[in-house]
Amino acid sequence: MAAVTRVNGPLVEVDRLGGAAMYDLVRIGGLPGEIVALRGERATVQMYEYTGGLRPGLEVEATGAPLSAPLGPHLLGGVFDGLLRPLDRAPAWLDPRSRPGAGPGAWRFTPLVAAGRPVAPGTPVGSVAAAGRVPYLVLAPGGVVGDVRPEGEYPATATVATVGGTAVTMTRRWPVRRALPCRERLAEPVPLVTGQRVLDLLLPVRRGGAAAVPGGFGTGKTVLLQQIARWCDADVVVYVGCGERGNELADVLAGLAGITDPRTGGRLADRTVVVANTSNMPMMAREASVYTGMTVAEHFRDMGYDVVLIADSTSRWAEARREFAARAGEPPAEEGHPADLASAIAAFYERAGRVTTLGGRTGSVTVLGAVSPPGGDLTEPVTAHTERFVRTLWTLDRDLAYARHYPAVSVEASFSRDGGALSAWHDREGRPGWAAAGARVAALLAEAGRLAGTAELVGASALPDRERVVLLGGRLLREGLLRQSALSPADAYCSPGRTLALAGTVLAAIDDCLALAATGVPAEDIESRDFTAVLRAKETG
Amino acid sequence: MIELEYTDVAELRGPLAVVRGVAGVGWDEFAVIRLPGGGTRHGLVLEVDRDLALVQVLEGTAGLAPGRIGVTFSGAPFRVPVGPGWLGRVCDGLGDPLDGGPPVFGTATAPAGGLPLNPAWRLPPADPIITGVSVIDALTTLVRGQKIAIFAAPGLPHLDLAAQIAAQAHAAGEPFGVVFAAMGLTHADASGVRDALEARTAAGELVLLLNLAGDPVIERVLTPRIALTVAEHLAFGLGRHVLVVLADMTGYCEALREVSAARSEVPARRAYPGYLYSDLASIYERCGRVRGRPGSVTLLPVLTMPGGDITHPVPDLTGYITEGQIVLSSEISVYPPVDPLASLSRLMRGGVGAGRTRPEHADLAAQLIAALARAARARELAEFVGADALGPADRRHLDLADAFARDLVAQRRDESRSLEETFTRAWRVLSVLPRADLAMLGAAALDAHHRPAAPEPGPQEPDGIGTGHREPR
Repeated sequence: MAAVTRVNGPLVEVDRLGGAAMYDLVRIGGLPGEIVALRGERATVQMYEYTGGLRPGLEVEATGAPLSAPLGPHLLGGVFDGLLRPLDRAPAWLDPRSRPGAGPGAWRFTPLVAAGRPVAPGTPVGSVAAAGRVPYLVLAPGGVVGDVRPEGEYPATATVATVGGTAVTMTRRWPVRRALPCRERLAEPVPLVTGQRVLDLLLPVRRGGAAAVPGGFGTGKTVLLQQIARWCDADVVVYVGCGERGNELADVLAGLAGITDPRTGGRLADRTVVVANTSNMPMMAREASVYTGMTVAEHFRDMGYDVVLIADSTSRWAEARREFAARAGEPPAEEGHPADLASAIAAFYERAGRVTTLGGRTGSVTVLGAVSPPGGDLTEPVTAHTERFVRTLWTLDRDLAYARHYPAVSVEASFSRDGGALSAWHDREGRPGWAAAGARVAALLAEAGRLAGTAELVGASALPDRERVVLLGGRLLREGLLRQSALSPADAYCSPGRTLALAGTVLAAIDDCLALAATGVPAEDIESRDFTAVLRAKETG
Repeated sequence: MIELEYTDVAELRGPLAVVRGVAGVGWDEFAVIRLPGGGTRHGLVLEVDRDLALVQVLEGTAGLAPGRIGVTFSGAPFRVPVGPGWLGRVCDGLGDPLDGGPPVFGTATAPAGGLPLNPAWRLPPADPIITGVSVIDALTTLVRGQKIAIFAAPGLPHLDLAAQIAAQAHAAGEPFGVVFAAMGLTHADASGVRDALEARTAAGELVLLLNLAGDPVIERVLTPRIALTVAEHLAFGLGRHVLVVLADMTGYCEALREVSAARSEVPARRAYPGYLYSDLASIYERCGRVRGRPGSVTLLPVLTMPGGDITHPVPDLTGYITEGQIVLSSEISVYPPVDPLASLSRLMRGGVGAGRTRPEHADLAAQLIAALARAARARELAEFVGADALGPADRRHLDLADAFARDLVAQRRDESRSLEETFTRAWRVLSVLPRADLAMLGAAALDAHHRPAAPEPGPQEPDGIGTGHREPR
């Protein structure tokens, strides 16, 4: 009989465990854990709950299956822990020994195919009325539809169709550490509109792309990601709160509950799946939570939806891995992280993508990962490796945050490798002038940045008039265009059309000033003009 | 249950004891160590490996001799008695009385580690705690259910400030209580804290747990957890708003590092253990508000930044977990030396405004910060080009910064200011600037409170009308 030999926090060693495979789920004293190392019949297990009271000699039950996520219509609008167990139906204080699983529930099923027809794998056989306006699709394996149930209410685990001899239910399970398959990846760049001007105009992210948000504490990572979760033009948002604050999640939930989705008219909460593993919840479930979140995102991608996965913060995930590696006695590599840190980060971001699904639809998973560098040091390993694997980087700056300039995105320290292609997309799709406006703003900001360095040394008044006006222009762009208030109802979200119009307004004001300077008007007079209308344009709908 | 006593102690090393031949002992169990002379010490199981149990001895291993001590295991994690009986008491770091009173029994017990609060049950922090300290109430308001840290370089009066807040804070008439846990304080510091809190202790509104610099170091691992367990019950069981002050968390982290080093664990930054973030989070996250329960726990960890370095692992990880920080700076010459630009209460929006403090509070704080930021830039500029070369706007902002330090920040250590007084002072500071410089404030608020001392440029108004209070020259 397999039994525990050693307990050290979340690390448990087990002996006489025959026939088990790596990453298989086991149960010890009723608590779940995952096999992370095997030597003969001895296994190292990482436990997903507080292990107080576990002792040598306890029996170990092997489940013979890897950790997998229960995927179903209950996900939309719900709040779950790192193992995708519902939190909204759990008690106020989480006792590891009394955690309810996902209740099956009953859902309204509408068939979409007729019996007797052959279908490709990934074809929806029916749709389910889940929370909100996004229909939940039941996808089938390939084969001939043998039987499909008529419209009606069915338990989530009941067979609603038989395809190619396989029973299809509204829910399914998938091992979280394995990507759900797709037919092919699509290369054509299409922007994800975030509703944040500085990002959409200067540092865009593509659908199916990956962006990282590094920033020290207090720089507004979470507020920025919350804004994107609320306003981006995705069909489904998966928000993984990984090792972060409980109050923040309460705020995310309260924020989503109170807001109407501008695109569908439904509640924003109902297009959102929240996976919450706050920093006081068991550490190793934090490690699993980014994978369960990713699996949920891929599941909705396969229904043909554009999905955004927000992971706040990937650093906590990396730290959970480091902590466990240290307990398991693995030799430390960079700053104590295990040697596979870079490959684990790469593999995670690689699951992002815009694809043709098995069923022939187009869907995407865009990954936005927060990075919390210790001491604000952007050369630390998690930040450094993440920068290698993302196409878009939004670096947050402490000085901007101290000056209460939000979003505190430092344009100089950030990049988007898709900027050109995505600007061209806007130009083509009915917003001519987008690429030109973006390029002009970027060039002015860069010039103003260079001049600011000089001005610090010699004083702004020592600069020639035109240069002083460029400095003024940089200030107008930052204040009137890039700065955006998450708290202002008129300004929290900015459509691409308005972003372009605002950029036009501010650029026109700058051009006026430059023209005045060219005719010999002293910079002092230009600086003392009233720019209130330009600066307030973003507040007036 | 028959309690087995184990006497085969294989090893004693630092704060650790290895007990051999144990059976059925679980991880994180509480242990009692019996000394030959009749005394007892206490321990926690850090690891069990077949028949070996690794125990950290809270009172240290000095004087323990293998073969002459007996260890019994309780079969459960350490539990704390909870109840209103704690209020008004002064105890040591393990909760044993220092005030000559009887042991605290409580109405029930709860595990000191606590259970994780389900995030789906949390309510976002709301409503203020008024500290009576102007600069904090005005600019970094404490919000019920929030955790916000006080950071200070060595030598600054952070303990005085923490004690002053603990002595003065209130929740506008709702039931309130304070739990003050001291970890590693010197005798002098501790007696200062005791004096400052004496009245509140006597009033039965405060619990004081004192682990001093000379007390066993490892005991500090439990002190904040005992404080929080007591506070959670006062808040969520008895409906009080409880402020928990943990001073000094650097002392706590040193105890953690000592245990880690004794276990030869792989060290992370500055030799602190790799699990420091998780461990701190297990303390700091025990605050908040819970749906359907009236009370709240607000957490104020106080910590010394070794070498004044905010990127040191303890302040850095704390900053990542807490919802804001109050930073003390040696460059500010008044008490309390709060650096307004480096300080931030992230949840302030939820705690201030109409019906809570004052309608214009958020705008007023933002305006003051913006003006002080401009003053800081002007001061830097003045160092390069000389103060004479500054424009009139920059000079006005330097005047504002002076008025801010003199009229709003500077305060006696025993002075508790009402919200009314704080706002009167804040408006007096803002009135140094003309209305045109105060774009972040609404017209209604400016009409009601803005009283510039000097007439603004433009048509002169007759004396006494519309110009408000004037300072005698």
